[in-house]
Amino acid sequence: MTLMTLLTEFGYSHMGGAIGAGLAAIGAGIGIGQIGKGAVEAIARQPEASNDIRANMILTAAFVEGVALFAVIAGLLAVLKG
Amino acid sequence: MNDSIFKLSFLIFAQNLGFYMAAKSIKSILVAVFSLIILLFSNVSNAQEIKQADTVAQASPKEEKLDPASIIMDHIKDAHEFHFFTVGNFHATIPLPVILYSPTKGFSVFSSSHFGPEGEEEYNGYKLDKTKIIVATDGSAVYDFSLTRNVVQMLIALTLLVVLMTGIAKKYKNGIGVHSAPKGWQNVMEPVITFVRDDVAKPNLGDQYNKYLPYLLTVFFFILINNIFGLIPGSANVTGNTAFTMVLGVISLIVILFSTNGHFWAHIFWPPGVPFLVKLILIPVEVAGVLIIKPAALIIRLFANMVAGHIIILSFISLIFIFGAMNKAAGWGFSPISILFTVFIYFIEILVAFIQAFIFTNLTAVFIGQSFAGGHDVHDDAIML
Repeated sequence: MTLMTLLTEFGYSHMGGAIGAGLAAIGAGIGIGQIGKGAVEAIARQPEASNDIRANMILTAAFVEGVALFAVIAGLLAVLKG
Repeated sequence: MNDSIFKLSFLIFAQNLGFYMAAKSIKSILVAVFSLIILLFSNVSNAQEIKQADTVAQASPKEEKLDPASIIMDHIKDAHEFHFFTVGNFHATIPLPVILYSPTKGFSVFSSSHFGPEGEEEYNGYKLDKTKIIVATDGSAVYDFSLTRNVVQMLIALTLLVVLMTGIAKKYKNGIGVHSAPKGWQNVMEPVITFVRDDVAKPNLGDQYNKYLPYLLTVFFFILINNIFGLIPGSANVTGNTAFTMVLGVISLIVILFSTNGHFWAHIFWPPGVPFLVKLILIPVEVAGVLIIKPAALIIRLFANMVAGHIIILSFISLIFIFGAMNKAAGWGFSPISILFTVFIYFIEILVAFIQAFIFTNLTAVFIGQSFAGGHDVHDDAIML
């Protein structure tokens, strides 16, 4: 069994969907990590503003997570329709 | 003889990998990579075909193959019954009424239990096809007005909200909570409503927040209560359904479009502060953004967040059964771990339920605010103020 024969009988769409969803998770992790870092540093500089900062952090994290979940949906479609 | 190419490539690959590791010479790594490619892409072909042994007749009995993907999809999708669990042949379900209209057969109302436990039986000339949609056996058109589980859950959420909110409003009208301390459910709702008013409506809508506050509060509480209901095991997945989110997105779009003014459309069709050629590119982008992309983002964001959470929870539970199919003891042993993970994800999902309701409401408020924002004057500054 060589790579050639493997490639011809593999389900490309399933693999592509799963890899895509995994990459989306990496993207979400990096993005939300940056948001958390910025928020925590800002709270450290000015603890009185922590409520405003927390609200903005959650709002922005939801945006980033939304984008990651678009990619997850695309991966899901690749698996289900393929 | 047949795999001499294999052996040769593998030897060359191994030797050059060794050279690279020892002497760090770039040539060795190139040879190693090249031989690896040859190794993997070589093919063994026989001069004569090997005769396959004839397969004996399929003697294996019909096995109950576990299909976790379809189990998960059945829980995510809409259905004509509330299904709680199945033990052997006993299905704990609440069948819901099926209301159909066909031009040839007229109205039909019957319980969905007539379709049988697996949905394979026919009744009155109607049956469920593969995707669990009702079709007529003679192929005529069927209009489905059934009370499916999504509809029933939405009606329950609606009744709960109306009863709760009118009760609270009546208390305020009688002066409780105005001249004295709030009592009962007023204590729960007042912080939430003031949060939506002070942190979502007022910053984005300015003076006109009172006009839009009923819609924003309705959308917030309806999404929130359907999110929370969807977390109860056995309930319907209402918010993780594009039909539900699309209606909410379209209604938000209509509210946004109705609050636009001339200033907004002037900026859409003639974007300020950019060179002329960029304006031409930007006009279709802006129009599509307002009409299609922003509502679509609202719709898909809510749908994807809720359905992803449900799929994760269902997958963890299905893992128990997947392990159990391999080995009964493994299934039992894995259950505590799986349930632990599921409880952890449940906490996150409760947080996501609140966050997604807040995000939908907040973004609708932001877009409404953008549509009637006027009066920021000079656009020709070097920086956009």
